[in-house]
Amino acid sequence: MIEFRGVSKTFPDGTRAVVDVDIVIPPRKTTVFVGSSGSGKTTLLRMINRMVDPTSGQVLIDGTDVATREPVALRRGIGYVMQNSGLLPHRTVIDNVATVPLLRGARKRDAHAHALELLDTVGLDRSLADRYPSQLSGGQQQRVGVARGLAVDPNILLMDEPFGAVDPIVRAELQQELLRLQGELGKTVVFVTHDIDEAFLLGDQVVIMQHGGKISQAASPTEILANPADDFVAEFVGADRGKRALHITEVGGRRIVLDGDGRAAGVLAS
Amino acid sequence: MTWLWSNLDLVGELILVHLALSVPAIILSFVISVPIGWLAHRYAWSRGVLLSLCALLYAIPSLAMFVALPPITGLGLRSPVNLVIALTLYGIAVIVRTAADAFDSVASDVRQSATALGYSAAGRFWGVELPLAGPVLLSGLRVVVVSTVSLATVGAVIGVQSLGSLFTDGFQRGIEAEIITGIVATILLALLLDWLCVMAGRLLMPWSGPRRSRRPALSDVRSIEADPA
Repeated sequence: MIEFRGVSKTFPDGTRAVVDVDIVIPPRKTTVFVGSSGSGKTTLLRMINRMVDPTSGQVLIDGTDVATREPVALRRGIGYVMQNSGLLPHRTVIDNVATVPLLRGARKRDAHAHALELLDTVGLDRSLADRYPSQLSGGQQQRVGVARGLAVDPNILLMDEPFGAVDPIVRAELQQELLRLQGELGKTVVFVTHDIDEAFLLGDQVVIMQHGGKISQAASPTEILANPADDFVAEFVGADRGKRALHITEVGGRRIVLDGDGRAAGVLAS
Repeated sequence: MTWLWSNLDLVGELILVHLALSVPAIILSFVISVPIGWLAHRYAWSRGVLLSLCALLYAIPSLAMFVALPPITGLGLRSPVNLVIALTLYGIAVIVRTAADAFDSVASDVRQSATALGYSAAGRFWGVELPLAGPVLLSGLRVVVVSTVSLATVGAVIGVQSLGSLFTDGFQRGIEAEIITGIVATILLALLLDWLCVMAGRLLMPWSGPRRSRRPALSDVRSIEADPA
């Protein structure tokens, strides 16, 4: 369990990125921080592995304040996947995946054997192991990034807009992969995105952040749609524009679901 | 040509002497410039001062430098060590800005990613920043190699033996073939060392350079179809 207690962050230039945040991130679930840029969502994520230290307040992992943990050791125990994969361009795929185990002193042979298994886990062919990241497509790079994040079998996986830079088709594929993986592995996933649809798809808990680093609402997608906490949330999830107000029409014996603008959103399963 | 054939021993010996002067200077200027370049990259406030001071070194006329160094080092006017020091200082002037640029060229998301993975500051420098700065550092090194090999000939004017001695000697005695031999040998030596640098770069940095294009293996087809990038 990860817990933010009264956390604020003011950067040296005076920017208030996060203001008095209290939130509990339940274990073995996916929590998604969603908001536009400048809402402090990435800052919150980075406080978990001490890439950023709060100005005031505490971040606790299983009851221990992370401020008491040595940052390098802390980070080696937490998986991290970032936008544009963040792969090391001078290391082959297999070396990238094995990076953290090797930093932790694993034997190279063991680390490589395990890395090959992880390529299977994320749906990559083992023949890609000796390539350099620049020789992979964007989607493949992102999969390698996920494999690397899982390499030490961490309890916590931090994902900072990991699918932000790939095209929509690949993004949808990667999202489904993540749902499958999460079903198998049951990690505590903390995911950051600016895409509300992605947040609703992946999140057990969705945390909606507003500009200036405040939490507007933290709840399940169902709860947020049913009871948006305020106008900002209603607008952000599109409830006010009728984007989420669906209705049904019958076409050729099948019931088609239309959104508020009358655009087809799907077929109603019987 | 007859001059060259009858003086092969002399030319061979001068090539070795020339290498003994320039190679240590090249290595020293590289090793000294990398940390200076890193400091200039890391601490923005130091950049202007460090880079300007190093560039100023190049403004010192070489003869003046050769005359000024011996009293400072306490070594004789004709000691090759003075020449190596002078060449090192000029080398630093040439490469230090490139060294700073080389560290700037490392993408910030790669740097952040390395931090997030749990690299210590030192581990990140040796394992990530230095190798990724490599291609730009190499381009700077190649300029230093060529300029140092060329500049080392100037030592001949103050009596330090090198391939430059072929110019001074040939000039004094009016032997044109000797002058031409000196020039050609200097150029060939510079080209050889430059080529060695390029080869070392390919060996040490197989990930850089032209992107290998290869036909996709059958196993790739699924992901390629799904991802046209």
